[in-house]
Amino acid sequence: MTSLLGDLTVAPPAPVRPRPSPAPPRPASPEPSAVPDTEPPADAPGLPPAPDAGPERSRSVIGSRVPRHEDDRLVRGQGKFVDDVDRPRQAHVRIVRSTVAHARLVAVDVAAARAVPGVVFVLTGADLIGLPPIPIRLPRGDEPPGCLQPVLAHDEVRYVGEPVAAVVAEDPYLAEDAAELVTVEYADLPVVVDASTAEPATGFDVSYGDAEAAFATARHVVEIDVSVGRHAAVPMEPRGLVADYDEATGVLEIWGATKVPVFNRNVIATMLDLPASRVHLHAMDAGGGFGARGEFYPEDLLIPWLARRLRRPVKWAEDRAENLVALNHSRQQRHRIAAAFAVDGTLLALRDHVVHDNGAYLRTHGLLVPELTVTMLPGPYRLPAYAARIDVVLTNKTPCGTYRAPGRYEGTFAREHLLDVAADRIGIDRAEVRRRNLLTPEELPHRRDLRALGTDVVLDAGDYPGLFATALARTRDWATEARQLRERGRTVGLGFAVFLEKSGLGPHETADVTVEQDGEVTVHSGGTSLGQGIETVLAQIAAQRLDIDDRAVHVINGDTNLQPFGVGSWASRSTVVGGSAVDLAATAVLERALQVAARVLGVPAEQVRLTGGCFSAIGEPGRRLSWGDVAGACAPGSPHLRPEDTPGLSARRVFAVDHMTYPYGVHVALVDVDRDTGHVEVLRYLVAYEVGRAINPTLVEGQLIGGVAQGLGGALYESFVYDQQGQPQATTFMDYLMPTAEEVPRRVDTLVTEDAPSPGNPLGVKGAGEGGITAVAAATANAVRDALGLTGDVGALPLSPHRVVALSR
Amino acid sequence: MKPAPFTYHRAHDVRGAVESLHELGEDAKLIAGGQSLVAMMNFRLARPSALIDVNRIDALRYLRRDGEGLRIGALTTHHTVESSGSTAALAGFGVLSHAARWIGHYPIRTRGTIGGSIAHADSTAEWCLLAVLLDAQIVVRGQVGERSVAAADFFHGFLTTALEPEEMIVEILFPRPAPHAALSEFAQRKGDFAIVAAAVDLDVEDGVCSAGRIALGGVDAVPIRVPEAESLLQGAPATAETFRAAADAAAAAVEPGSDAHGDADYRRGLARTLIERACAQAIAV
Ligand SMILES: Cc1cc2nc3c(=O)[nH]c(=O)nc-3n(C[C@H](O)[C@H](O)[C@H](O)COP(=O)(O)OP(=O)(O)OC[C@H]3O[C@@H](n4cnc5c(N)ncnc54)[C@H](O)[C@@H]3O)c2cc1C
Repeated sequence: MTSLLGDLTVAPPAPVRPRPSPAPPRPASPEPSAVPDTEPPADAPGLPPAPDAGPERSRSVIGSRVPRHEDDRLVRGQGKFVDDVDRPRQAHVRIVRSTVAHARLVAVDVAAARAVPGVVFVLTGADLIGLPPIPIRLPRGDEPPGCLQPVLAHDEVRYVGEPVAAVVAEDPYLAEDAAELVTVEYADLPVVVDASTAEPATGFDVSYGDAEAAFATARHVVEIDVSVGRHAAVPMEPRGLVADYDEATGVLEIWGATKVPVFNRNVIATMLDLPASRVHLHAMDAGGGFGARGEFYPEDLLIPWLARRLRRPVKWAEDRAENLVALNHSRQQRHRIAAAFAVDGTLLALRDHVVHDNGAYLRTHGLLVPELTVTMLPGPYRLPAYAARIDVVLTNKTPCGTYRAPGRYEGTFAREHLLDVAADRIGIDRAEVRRRNLLTPEELPHRRDLRALGTDVVLDAGDYPGLFATALARTRDWATEARQLRERGRTVGLGFAVFLEKSGLGPHETADVTVEQDGEVTVHSGGTSLGQGIETVLAQIAAQRLDIDDRAVHVINGDTNLQPFGVGSWASRSTVVGGSAVDLAATAVLERALQVAARVLGVPAEQVRLTGGCFSAIGEPGRRLSWGDVAGACAPGSPHLRPEDTPGLSARRVFAVDHMTYPYGVHVALVDVDRDTGHVEVLRYLVAYEVGRAINPTLVEGQLIGGVAQGLGGALYESFVYDQQGQPQATTFMDYLMPTAEEVPRRVDTLVTEDAPSPGNPLGVKGAGEGGITAVAAATANAVRDALGLTGDVGALPLSPHRVVALSR
Repeated sequence: MKPAPFTYHRAHDVRGAVESLHELGEDAKLIAGGQSLVAMMNFRLARPSALIDVNRIDALRYLRRDGEGLRIGALTTHHTVESSGSTAALAGFGVLSHAARWIGHYPIRTRGTIGGSIAHADSTAEWCLLAVLLDAQIVVRGQVGERSVAAADFFHGFLTTALEPEEMIVEILFPRPAPHAALSEFAQRKGDFAIVAAAVDLDVEDGVCSAGRIALGGVDAVPIRVPEAESLLQGAPATAETFRAAADAAAAAVEPGSDAHGDADYRRGLARTLIERACAQAIAV
C-alpha cells in the first residue's frame, strides 16, 4: 500500500479571488493623508521583529482574546454545513448496511428496490470489482495484508453497518424505503467480539533499555490490568457529502469532507482515474471532527462515483443511527501494565502488554493509534527502561481510528492509574511518586530512544514538575473540601494525572497570504475549520505580522483549488504548522511591501517603516501608504510594477518540520460518588496546560474545557457494547450516553501557561486541541479510586453506575 | 432515520379522532406530543399507515378536581402538570408535579402528553408508575362509548396495553389525594428514562403508617406494585428502619432483567435505595 500524501499535483499560485462573503463591518481603512502624524521610534527596524523577541508593540493581536471570526456566521445561522448544499437535479443516496457481524455474502438482490418508482440506481459491490480498497493515509509499511476495507462489501461482511449497497432515488425518503427492499443473503461466519481471546492480526514491540533486568532486580514491582471501553468521537454533525460532476469541463466537485481534503482529493482521483486537478473539494463548516469526521470512508468514494456515473449531482446525509455504526470507533484497549521501582520510589522500568481492538478493518489511520499508544506511554517521566508489546486484533465490530488524543487518552489512563496504585503499595505519597520521576527542566530537551509517527521523540521544552506543583497548589482547597465532605459522610475523592501530549506533526503545511487593493487580506490555508477556531487564529497570526486589524484578514480553509498543497487539520497541528506557514507567507508579503513602498515613497527600502498598519519613510511621517495603496502599486498597470515583478501582493510559503512539539499538562478532579446508585458526580475539575504560546487564550481555554466535557464520556458514560453475535447494543443516544451540560461540572478551571515556548517553530506555539481530554480518564478514575478507597485498580472504563456499585462492595 | 410513508389526518374532537381510527384501519395511530411516536417512526420501529393528529382537541387539556378525584385530560402536557403544583386542582397531588420534573427535558415536557405516555406504556415512565401506585382509572373512548380501566389492568406488557386499536385515551382519573407520596428514580444522566424508578404512597398518622403502597418501574415489563413490601408498612412506625425493611423485602421480591445499563443485582440494589429515598421524601412532605 502506498501513501497518497506525496502524490500532489502542482498548481499555479492561487489567483486573487473575490471574497466569498461580505466582510463584517469595520472601520474604513484611512486615506494616507487622514492618518495622524506619529513619528515611529527611531530604532524601529524595517521588519517588525518576531513578536516574542522584539520591543513592545503598541498592540499585540497574538495573545489577545479577539472574538472568533467564525461565530458571526455561526450564531446567526449563516454557517454553511454540507447538508445546506443543494444542487439542481440532485439525487439522494441511502446506504444499505450489513445487519450481521460476519458472513459470506451469498446474494444481494436489488430487483425490488430498482423497481420502485423514483429509484434512479442501485449499486452493489459487484459493480465495483477491481476497485482497490480504501488506502491508509499514514502507513507504517508493516500493515498486514487483507485488512483494508472495500468500498462496498462483495464477498464478505465483517461488521454490522458495513456498506453492502447504495440506493439512489429522487428523494431521501424514497431512497430509504427502497433500501429496505434490498435483500441480502448471508452465510454466517464465526464472530469475534472479544479481542482478548482472539488471535492478533499483527503487533509490534517498542522498547529501550534493559527492562527485563530492571524488573528482575527492582525492590517494588506493581502491575495492574485495566481496560478502556470502546467509544468514539461522535461529532454533533454526522457526515455528509454532495458530489457534482460537470461533463463539459470534466470537473468533479465535492462538498463536505472537512479534515484532510487534499488527501481525499488524491484518493478519489486515483480511484476514479481522474486527474487530481479536475477534482475539487470544498471543506464546509463542520459540527466537530475530533479525528473521525472527514477521514476517507467508503461513502467518500461512493458519492463521487455515483455522481460521475449518473451524470447528476448526488447527495448523502448520514443519519445518527448510521453514524454510530459507520464512523470510526476508538479507544478499546486492555493494558496489563507494570512498573519497577527502586526502594525510594524511583521508576526503573515500565512494561505494558496492550491488546488493541481495532474492529473489522484497518482504515485510513492504519496502525497509528496502536503506535501512538506505546510510543507516548512513558509520558513526561524519566524512564530508564521500557518494554511494550501491542497486539492489534481485528474483531467483527465497527473499525477504529483516531479520536482526539488517540493512544494518549488510553495510555495516560493506564500509566497514571498504575502510579496511584503503586504509590499506595510502596507507601509513598501519590504526588511524591510523580515528583520524583518527572523529567526536570535541566534534563530537556530529552531524546527518547523511540520513534513516533516517523519522527524522533525529542521532548522539547518544559517544566513538568513546576506545572505539577502549580496545579496542586491551585487545588489545595479541594483537598480540604474533600476531607470536609468525607467527614459529613460523603464518598468524595480527589485524583490527578500528569500527561505529555504531542502536537505539530509535519511534514509541512502551506499558506498563501494575499493583500487586496482594498487593504483586505486573504489567507488560503491547508487547515480546515472543525470548530476549533482556526480561522481566527490564522487571521491573528497574519494580522500580527502585517500590523493590521485581524478583522481585515479573511481565512479560507481546506479548498483544494485555492490551497492545493494543504495537509489538513489533525494531530493538533494547524496552529503550529499551518500557523507558522501563515507567519512565513505574511513575512514574505511584508518584505515585498516594504520594497514596493520604498519605490512609491522614493526612498531606500531600509528607510521604510510599518507603523499602525501604514508605511512611511523615516523623517517623513506625513506621507503614509496603506496596505491597499501598496497592493495597488503592485497591480498591473501601476508605474511601480517592474517588468520582472510578479503582479499582485501575495506570497505562498511552506513550513516544514521534522519534529513534533510536546505540550504537557496536569488534570485534577474532585468527585462525589453515590455508593448506592453508583453515580459519579464531578464536582470540580482543573486542567493546567503548557501551550508554549497562546495565540488566543480564550480559544485555548475553550479547547481544554471542551476536551474535559468530551473526555468524561469515555471515563464515565460512553460505551459501544456488543452482544455475542456482534450486534451493537448502543445504536441510539438512548443507549450511547454522551455527557450533556447537566453532567459536565458547571465550571472547569483552566490554567494555561506559556512558560516553555516551542523552539521548533517561529511562533513558539504548541498544539492545544487535545490536552483537555488526554488525562480525563486518568484523573477521574484516580478520583473514583480515591473516593472508594480501593487498594487495587478500577478495572474497566467507563465507570458506569453498575460498575461503581460493584467496585464499592 | 426517515419514517416509512404515511398519511396525515387531523381530528378536531374526540369523536372525529375515534371515527378516523375506525375508518383508517388498524395501522392508523393517534399522534399527540409525538415525543415517543416520531422517534419510533424515524427508526422504522413503528410504521403507521396513517397519523391522526389530536393536538387540536383543546377540550382534552385540563386539570380538574371534583367529587371523584383529580381528572387530567389526555392532552395535558407534562409541563402543564409540572407547573400546576400550587393550583387548587393539585392540592394533595404534589407528587404529580414533582414527578413530572423527572420526565425527559424541558422541550420534551412542553410537547409530550400524559395520555401519550400512558398509551405508550414504557415501564419506567413516571405517569405509568404513578397511575399504578395511585390506582388511577384510564378513561378511554371508542366507537361504542366510554369505558374506564383500572391502571392495574391497563398495562399488559412491554409497550402493550388494554387499549383497543379504535380507542382513544381521554382522561386519567386519580381517585384519592396522596399527600405523603413521592417518586424517586435513577438514570445515569439527567432526563433519561430511569433505569429503576420507585414511587411510594404512605398513609401516615401520628408517626405510624396505617398503610402504604409501593410501585416499581424498570424491574419488569410493566410498572408493578410490591405487596410483599407494602404489607411491612402496614401499622409500622414511619421510621427509617421500617422503610429499610420494606425496601429489602421489595428488592428480594422482584425479578429484574439485565442489560447494558445494569444486571439484575444492580437493579435490585437500586430498587432498595430508591424505595428508601422515596419513603423519606414522602414523610417529609
Ligand atoms: C429524549 C427523551 C427523553 C424522554 N424521557 C422520558 C422520561 O424520562 N420519562 C417518560 O415518561 N417519558 C420520557 N420521554 C417520553 C415522553 O414522555 C413522551 O412524551 C411520552 O412517552 C409520549 O407522549 P406523547 O404525547 O409525546 O405521545 P406520542 O409520541 O404522540 O404517542 C405515543 C403513543 O401513544 C399513542 N397515543 C398518544 N396519545 C394517545 C391518546 N390520547 N389515546 C391513545 N393513544 C394515544 C400514540 O398513538 C403512540 O402510540 C422521553 C422522550 C424523549 C424524546
